[in-house]
Amino acid sequence: MQKRTIVPIIYILFLMLPIYWLVAMSFKTTNEILSGFSLFPQTFTLENYKTIFTDPTWYWGYINSISYVTINTIISITVALPAAYAFSRYRFLGDKQLFFWLLTNRMAPAAVFALPFFQLYSAVELFDTYLAVALAHCLFNIPLSVWILEGFMGGIPKELDETAYVDGYSFPRFFATIFIPSIKAGVGVAAFFCFMFSWVELLLAKTLTAVAAKPIAATMTKTASSAGYELGLLAAAGTLTIIPGAIVIYFVRNYIAKGFAMGRV
Amino acid sequence: MKTENQKAWFFVLPVLLLVAFNALIPMMTVVNYSVQETFGDNIFFWQGLDWFQQILRSDRFHAALGRQFLFTFLILIIEIPLGIAIALSMPRKGFWVPVCLVLMALPMLIPWNVVGAMWNIFTLPDIGLLGYFLNHVLGINYDMTQDPLAAWVTIITMDVWHWTSLVVLLSYAGLVSIPDAYYQAAKIDGASNWSVFRFIQLPKMKTVLTIAILLRFMDSFNIYTEPFVLTGGGPGNSTTLLSIDLVKIALGQFDLGPAAAMSLIYFAITLLVSWLFYTVMTKDDQN
Repeated sequence: MQKRTIVPIIYILFLMLPIYWLVAMSFKTTNEILSGFSLFPQTFTLENYKTIFTDPTWYWGYINSISYVTINTIISITVALPAAYAFSRYRFLGDKQLFFWLLTNRMAPAAVFALPFFQLYSAVELFDTYLAVALAHCLFNIPLSVWILEGFMGGIPKELDETAYVDGYSFPRFFATIFIPSIKAGVGVAAFFCFMFSWVELLLAKTLTAVAAKPIAATMTKTASSAGYELGLLAAAGTLTIIPGAIVIYFVRNYIAKGFAMGRV
Repeated sequence: MKTENQKAWFFVLPVLLLVAFNALIPMMTVVNYSVQETFGDNIFFWQGLDWFQQILRSDRFHAALGRQFLFTFLILIIEIPLGIAIALSMPRKGFWVPVCLVLMALPMLIPWNVVGAMWNIFTLPDIGLLGYFLNHVLGINYDMTQDPLAAWVTIITMDVWHWTSLVVLLSYAGLVSIPDAYYQAAKIDGASNWSVFRFIQLPKMKTVLTIAILLRFMDSFNIYTEPFVLTGGGPGNSTTLLSIDLVKIALGQFDLGPAAAMSLIYFAITLLVSWLFYTVMTKDDQN
């Protein structure tokens, strides 16, 4: 048993190495980075972080990203809840075909949609708004949420619904006060995945924004090319993008394994 | 068990409208472009299926498609067994389980271009940790921007770093759902570790592994941002995968017609292969 635990330890070390290097870089001055190799920051500096927290083009990037990710998560979960309920409780015309069609949208390469999305959201005058990115990310987050929530709802016996009706609950009241609380783990896991895929996606987010709603990731790419490659600054910005994910994952740590298993193909 | 109720459509309607808005309208635009030629000014000429024939016959498309299949094949053949092996050797309960899970899931929550940038910094020949180690400690001549093989090894390693945890988490979820009684029974029967794996653990992991393989296939086949940031498709075209090539044609050269035709062929291949995987992997369930 002792011998076996070495495998996950080595694996986690492998995962942490590039992250360590990014964090270490973020505390170095550009001079130190370019002058040669050093395993630890020699002249420890917080200058890079200071730049990010004082320059509006940088910190607005974070606010923008977090805004559209939050809007996307709320929209996805809100519309996916009733749909998942329908798929898990009822048979209706075309239900299987619809479910499959939803999932095929998970397979579409984002590169295919980049240009048409730009035209579509320009036409409806949502270009460069949080809502545009949030709606565009619904393309892959809604199918995923429906899939995960349907799995969790399948584990709730139908007797719960029937008992509530016998007790005189109306459907909206039953759904809000009994049903949703009983699958809150599922809602947490689905929200986690929506957050995750919306947070990490860049191609569509970048295509649909210019200035007002530009995500942090896009600010980074632009800086990389225009500011003569300031590696320390780039590393600090990168390090800060890891933090929201780490916080969210900490909250759902006990449900992650289960959430993965509940979705069914 | 489920009741027949056509009113359930009302529950599905918001999802249907939102996804259709995002999926159908852009898809129609792509189809529209794929059969027309334009010289700007919004003037279009009917082109028929010429673009499709041109793409299907072009060496450039064949080469990108070949690289794409090679990439997906390599990462699947590394990530799936590795993920299963790591999941098997994880502790089943205790304080360390959530710690391991959180640490392992961390790479998946990093924005994709940051992943690319991070690996770029990590592998710089003289000032990156890995690049320095390979060049100056091991004495291997490693420079991703010159050597196609080094570029390939790097993008594969990056993807293994980025996504093996998905396979681990899924397999692990399958493993913890096995009741202890199964293992006790196997012990009484004197089953070897291999038989326990083959006849108890693997069958229990089957559903989650199907999800893992499908997700990894779809996502690796559609990969764009990470290799683009890391190598930009180079050196030369050696790491120009399908999505990278597509964006080059669509936004770089602004050849909308060929790019649209290529998009549709690309999407069709993804759907077809996903369907094949799904059919093969769930065949036993139907029998």
